[in-house]
Amino acid sequence: MGDITYIQAINQALKEELRRDPRTFLIGIDVRLGIFGATVGLADEFGHERIRNAPISEAGYTGAGVGAAMAGMRPIVEIEFASFFYCAWDQVCNQAAKLRYMSGGQADLPITFRTVYGALGQAAAQHSETVYGQFLSVPGLKIVVPSGPYDMKGLLKSAIRDNNPVLVFEHMGLGRSKEAVPEEEYIIPLGKGAVKREGKDVTVVAIGIMVSKALAAAKMLEKDGVSVEVVDPRTLVPLDEEMILNSVAKTHKVLIVDEGHLRGGAAADIAAIIADKGFDYLDGPIKRLAAPDVPVPFSPPMEQFVVPSNEKIVGAVKELVG
Amino acid sequence: MAAEINKDLLLKMYRTMQTVRQTEERLRDLFKEGKVPGFLHVSIGEEATSTGVCAALTDKDYITSTHRGHGHLIAKGGNLKPLVAEIFGKRTGYCKGKGGSMHIADFSIGMLGANGIVGAGLPIATGAAMAAKIRGSGEVAVCFFGDGASNEGTFHESLNLAGIWKLPVVYVCENNLYGEFSSGKDVTAVRDIADRARGHDMPGVIINGNDVVEVYETTVQAVERARRGEGPTLLECKTYRWEGHVVGEEAFLGKDAYRSKEEVDDWKLRCPIVSFEKRFLANNMFTQTEFDTIKAEIKREIDEAVAFAIESPMPDPEEALEDMFAAA
Repeated sequence: MGDITYIQAINQALKEELRRDPRTFLIGIDVRLGIFGATVGLADEFGHERIRNAPISEAGYTGAGVGAAMAGMRPIVEIEFASFFYCAWDQVCNQAAKLRYMSGGQADLPITFRTVYGALGQAAAQHSETVYGQFLSVPGLKIVVPSGPYDMKGLLKSAIRDNNPVLVFEHMGLGRSKEAVPEEEYIIPLGKGAVKREGKDVTVVAIGIMVSKALAAAKMLEKDGVSVEVVDPRTLVPLDEEMILNSVAKTHKVLIVDEGHLRGGAAADIAAIIADKGFDYLDGPIKRLAAPDVPVPFSPPMEQFVVPSNEKIVGAVKELVG
Repeated sequence: MAAEINKDLLLKMYRTMQTVRQTEERLRDLFKEGKVPGFLHVSIGEEATSTGVCAALTDKDYITSTHRGHGHLIAKGGNLKPLVAEIFGKRTGYCKGKGGSMHIADFSIGMLGANGIVGAGLPIATGAAMAAKIRGSGEVAVCFFGDGASNEGTFHESLNLAGIWKLPVVYVCENNLYGEFSSGKDVTAVRDIADRARGHDMPGVIINGNDVVEVYETTVQAVERARRGEGPTLLECKTYRWEGHVVGEEAFLGKDAYRSKEEVDDWKLRCPIVSFEKRFLANNMFTQTEFDTIKAEIKREIDEAVAFAIESPMPDPEEALEDMFAAA
């Protein structure tokens, strides 16, 4: 076991899968240089046919990925910032998500989309959005939001091996975080979450970078005698409902923490599922801590106001436990 | 040619280019000192394009801009204090700290915003032109966009719309040979973006983007054509950005990662400001003293703008919830 960073985890997963299957290839803006470090060195090993720099034309190159997938390849399409998915919306949501279904199962779409999401720090509204919540209501897409290096490596490999469109969301706030990973190859199946911290007083369901914030909050709350269980769904589609419901059955109180918005996001979606299937477990209303329904503002104090923090998680848990 | 442009206008354009240059240099330096939040895209080297184009426009005319918009704002007549304050994220900024560098805007002078999405300004400028046409009010819209943006679908859709409806829009491509960190050679199928005008049935003109007089005169012709109701024009300004895509990119890419030092140095020899000074000193139109006086005035203005920005308050956190919807 050695420690690797989140960015190294992405790089290793990509390398291993590109080596494993010659049908895989990577396309995106400046992927040969790899501005966040995730794709550095890949062009040297795999060449320019399989590591393609695309022009800034998201609809075009995303759609080209869809076409390549249906013609027998396994594309890995990088969208530089999650907000740029909006430029490729038709190809992801009307095409990749629906073509298999509409063709009665004829079309194969073994395509992986990777993107950087969330507030990086004063990147303003068009470079800071979470976006994964939007895809929850587009059936046909799998959604993966890894919370650390170990999960990232295992989940990204699964995503690439999956024969369906899978969207993987990477948060660069986690870029340098380190974790031990096995020397041997490993996969984390999609749809299997993990309890990241056991507790008995309250369940905190956390998504992506919010997992590490929830864990930090849990440490602070422990000093105040509150025992927090942190569960990490890892994938939003498919969702490990069983893990979430088991935890709520144990603690009877639940807070969902997400960087996305309150309306129509991952927190709202999970809350509805818990309300539907776990109502009898609950001692009180389901709480959500998410971004208010405004675009992410540029200026630091306003940006900090909209992004859930360790302290806000502590506050929300304290409100829940009374 | 230059004789027809009056001396006042020439000096005004010099002042604008110097303001853009010095402001961008100061912002770059402040960024490197860690005083500017987020990312910064500066237009050092491209001053003649923003200046020459905007000199052909009135306050009522519209422009859309890119992620590299400080020069466009200044050239259109924007003020340094709210510009710098916005870049610092202060409440006194143009956008009350909501947008920052990439979203700088001054709607009161028709500057419809810098934009973080490559290619987004093309349909927007086209729409502003459409509004002018519907109203019959005579404004022209100018779209600033890069060579990278000309590969976006929105470029083709916009030019087609402007063509079919003969919209009063001038599309100004600032071709600085790179889109982010990729050379145009690798991502753009044509060498001259102006060639794409033919595919959309409008004139396509290549200009030395570092010659402010040439930029100005060509834009005047395109603007007059638009105002006469004859439709759009595509102007391609060949130019270069000295600083790279974002300030500080060497830190994560390494030095000379995608552009050679020789290429950068070669373009620096074609500085739009130095060439202007040489030309108009040689023909005795202006004196070095006149130039130096202007430079000193601008330095003071920038000092004041930076002091204003530093002294201005940050927004209150809850201001994040404001400016969502207009009154119904």
